[in-house]
Amino acid sequence: MMQTTSTIPIDAQVEPPWKLPSRGIVGMMCLILAESAIFLIFVVAYIYYIGKSLSGPLPAQVLDLPILGTICLLSSSFTVHHAVSALRKNNIGGCTLGLAGTVLLGAIFLMTTAREWYHLIHDFGLTIRTNLFGTTFYSLVGLHATHVVIGVTMLTAALALSLSGRVKEKHAERLEVLSLYWHFVDGVWVVVFLVVYVLGR
Amino acid sequence: MAFNYSRLGDNRFVQSPTTIFDPAATPARSAFGLSMLVLSITLAIFLIVAGLLLYALIRFRQRPADSKREPAQIYGSNQIELSWTVIPILIVVMLFLSTTRIILETEAAPKPSGALDVTVIGHQFWWEYRYAGLGVVTANELHVPISDPAKPTPTYLEMSSADTDHSFWVPRLAGKMDLIPNRLNTMWIDPQTPGLYLGQCAQYCGVQHAKMLLRVYAQSPEDFAAWIKQQRQSASQDLSGNAAAAEGQTVFMHSACINCHAIAGTVATGRFGPDLTHLASRDTIAAGPVENTPENLRKWIADPNSMKPGVLMPSMHLNDHDLDVITAYLTTLH
Amino acid sequence: MANGTVLEAVDQTLEVKRRPPLDVVYEWVSTVDHKKIGLMYIVYALIFLVIGGLEAVVMRIQLAVPNNHFVSPQVFNRLFTMHGTTMVFFVGMPILFGFGNYLVPLMIGARDMAFPRLNAFSFWISAFGGFLLYFSYLGGDGLYGMGSAPDVGWFAYAPLTAKVFSPGHSTDYWTLAILLSGIGSTGTALNIVTTTICMRCKGMKLSRMPLFVWLMVVASGIVFVAVSPLTAAQIMLTIDRYLGGHFFDTQAGGSAVLWMHFFWIFGHPEVYILVLPAFGFVNEIIPVFSRKAVFGYPAMVAASVGIGFISLSVWAHHMFTVGMGPAGNTFFVFATMVISVPTGIKIFNWLATLWGGKIIFKVPMMFCIAFLFQFLVAGLTGIMLSAAPFNWQLSASYFVVAHFHYVLVGAIVTALFGAFYYWYPKVTGRMMSESLGKWHFWLFIIGFHLTFDFMHVPGLLGMPRRIYTYEAGRGWEWWNLIVGIGALFQVAGILCFVYNLVRSYFRGEIAGHDPWDAWTLEWATPSPPPAYNFAVEPTVSSRRPLWDLKHPEDQDFNYE
Repeated sequence: MMQTTSTIPIDAQVEPPWKLPSRGIVGMMCLILAESAIFLIFVVAYIYYIGKSLSGPLPAQVLDLPILGTICLLSSSFTVHHAVSALRKNNIGGCTLGLAGTVLLGAIFLMTTAREWYHLIHDFGLTIRTNLFGTTFYSLVGLHATHVVIGVTMLTAALALSLSGRVKEKHAERLEVLSLYWHFVDGVWVVVFLVVYVLGR
Repeated sequence: MAFNYSRLGDNRFVQSPTTIFDPAATPARSAFGLSMLVLSITLAIFLIVAGLLLYALIRFRQRPADSKREPAQIYGSNQIELSWTVIPILIVVMLFLSTTRIILETEAAPKPSGALDVTVIGHQFWWEYRYAGLGVVTANELHVPISDPAKPTPTYLEMSSADTDHSFWVPRLAGKMDLIPNRLNTMWIDPQTPGLYLGQCAQYCGVQHAKMLLRVYAQSPEDFAAWIKQQRQSASQDLSGNAAAAEGQTVFMHSACINCHAIAGTVATGRFGPDLTHLASRDTIAAGPVENTPENLRKWIADPNSMKPGVLMPSMHLNDHDLDVITAYLTTLH
Repeated sequence: MANGTVLEAVDQTLEVKRRPPLDVVYEWVSTVDHKKIGLMYIVYALIFLVIGGLEAVVMRIQLAVPNNHFVSPQVFNRLFTMHGTTMVFFVGMPILFGFGNYLVPLMIGARDMAFPRLNAFSFWISAFGGFLLYFSYLGGDGLYGMGSAPDVGWFAYAPLTAKVFSPGHSTDYWTLAILLSGIGSTGTALNIVTTTICMRCKGMKLSRMPLFVWLMVVASGIVFVAVSPLTAAQIMLTIDRYLGGHFFDTQAGGSAVLWMHFFWIFGHPEVYILVLPAFGFVNEIIPVFSRKAVFGYPAMVAASVGIGFISLSVWAHHMFTVGMGPAGNTFFVFATMVISVPTGIKIFNWLATLWGGKIIFKVPMMFCIAFLFQFLVAGLTGIMLSAAPFNWQLSASYFVVAHFHYVLVGAIVTALFGAFYYWYPKVTGRMMSESLGKWHFWLFIIGFHLTFDFMHVPGLLGMPRRIYTYEAGRGWEWWNLIVGIGALFQVAGILCFVYNLVRSYFRGEIAGHDPWDAWTLEWATPSPPPAYNFAVEPTVSSRRPLWDLKHPEDQDFNYE
């Protein structure tokens, strides 16, 4: 006897309206969870090796607080949030502005990091192979910077689409998913900043 | 009447020089006692649960006669769930406390004043032993004094590695402890009966992990003192009665052997390979698998890879004559 | 009720006209359908199962007698490394996530996974990882020809993996292959979690999902937090090997133990990632063949989630011998013993499901029953090993090898066989042969017990693992020989199984949509299901929608 799903009996009691969370948001949260675990391991390695370098330049000798980069990166969370809420209200111009601001601030952050690394390599001779500090510093900060690059790339793509008029109000949730990624990258920077530039020095 | 579990070691099915069921030192004995407790509990759990399973499978199998009606659908019971949560928790607590006691007994035991200190350094694929306080350096065969429970003289092993991870496992004496580079681990053994205790490296360390064997000679205090006295001496320099050995010594000291091996009292001071000062006093070579006879020694020097493929000692490409005289020399190193 | 047009759809699905082979290949290579992707994972894993099994047989021949010369130590060391790596990453993970891929959308009344293209990408990147691992046999040669396949053991302890101790590229093939498969696993896990949260059919509250779905979700959750540490550690290892980093470089102050921590933070949860889906199979099959609802559904869910969380805290029970000190050792003893509580709860609930039922001994159920006994033993030897001083004797010995094979083969593979026989009719529309299945069952189980029951003994007698040969006179000879003979029985069983799989595809009895009289949504579709799964999106009111349909006088939702 053939049964189809349309004949499954349903309890007469009234069920509440059926509303499930958005796929993009849940998917991004899963990705953020997995990425957090990767970063956690690099942070643990960094902390474990504080003070254990056998030689070479030490954090207190060579590291300066990256104030400008940090301010830029953290502000960019506000600009991307602005972009998303503007888009929700169908304010495409505001969205474009927010995205442009975010890309700009992200790019400034990357430039300050590049400047810092140049300074460390050329003035102090600190590379990834110099000592334990060099290894753990460049890998942790580098891993974060890689994620910033990916984020900036995606945001630039969104900016380009927005400038060409292809972004509409209905895309607000997709933009929010991207903005979650960006907030995550910012959050990681807060941790890196505290561990490397505050705790580790 | 309590069952004497240690007699399992007499059982021909589990007879083995490396069985954990025949402890000969305190750490192994503690572990054995705990393992018997754990074994009894788990066996009891197995018999009960497996018994119930078996019973259920037989009693509740579907009989052809009544295959049409479905049985009563029972969805659960909070009381039952609670009971089989609480009882396992109690068993876990009991096991945990017993285990903790043994951990502390072994790892946090106070070190008696009569303890002997030996530094063990693991290498790919041999063991280095340094009796720092006694000025003795040897390899692969560890000699320790037996310990009298009334006046304990255990041997404390301070262990590290020169290359990869290794592990020191002589089951009848103690559980294993790893030798890890850039790290110092400590364990102790106190064999109470003289004898030879066997084991081998228990952490994969490379190609010849399988043939990095352990030989621990537990000796009476007198025998141990005699052994120490002999090991402290430098290599005999008087080879006048033995022309081959004298020539062998010259060949040895002029070849690359001295870069890896040390012979006290000569120019050979290499530390990459085992110390050879008292090579002839050992029962085995190649870290255990090869009996120490002149024929084996000669074969080993000619081509170590033929006896232990992948060993780090290269073939020295010596001609037959040099092999003969070097072997003659090394066999004088008692 | 019977519907003419639906019956026609069923008939058509079974009598597909032959199409040009290239078309078929293109369809499979470019598919984003979760069912096809699931099948590709499963077939791919079966191929590696055979390869990994052959590696094991060669090892057992080498170890059958002491001082054997069947293979060289170098070859043997590669064999155990490849066997372990293959079985965990290229058999266990793909086959279980393959089943998950196929079944989860069907069980929750969805039409596909949340991200079908990510699903396909995850498969292909994992497949490439498997290919890379075996390519190492050809490409791994480095300086002095030192290379070929990796030989560092499947957990690749530092500093053995440093460039100085492992020259050539063999270790890098190991690293890259697993890295890629880890990305694939993370993608699939993401898909499973998102699909389950966001795409359940109407009425399917979380508390009404089949337990298999719950277990796949928990396993996927573990993937997120466990696979990433391994990815991180492998990036660090590669930085050490190629950029001169010092993460695990003990000569520069680095720590070998740090690698162990990172690896086992992955490695222990990994085995739970493997075992939870196996629990899921058993949770579906035992109720149907006992004709009773599963006992204690909420407790089963709680136990599964509890196991998931606790599994993240027990990792250093693999490291009792590295000298963590009494405090560290004691903590991990406690955590490991605690995890036995929810695990025991599951066993008791299965027992209670059987109790009072009407047990039918068809092949899927036979495998699940074997699972119950074997998993019980595996769990108990695990408790033995959790007692640290006992562990000091038995870690890195054949007792541990026997224990984990008891879990991996005795529990997971056994449950997998049951799952094959149970869901094959749904996937192909045909039943597997029951008599061939019984041959498979008995040959395999006898072989399994000959090998892995007796394998505990050499461990108790002092035999360490990963040795290519052993001394005579240590009392290990007879046991090793029996272990090897058991391997041959298992090979025979697997041959029966593969033959059964292939033969039944062409000659099996037509199955219909619900051959086992089961209760979950996948049995409401034709066999095999059409690409869109459900013609009409289902609405459910209980955990067993088809029970409600078949038993209008006694519907589940009156009791839940």
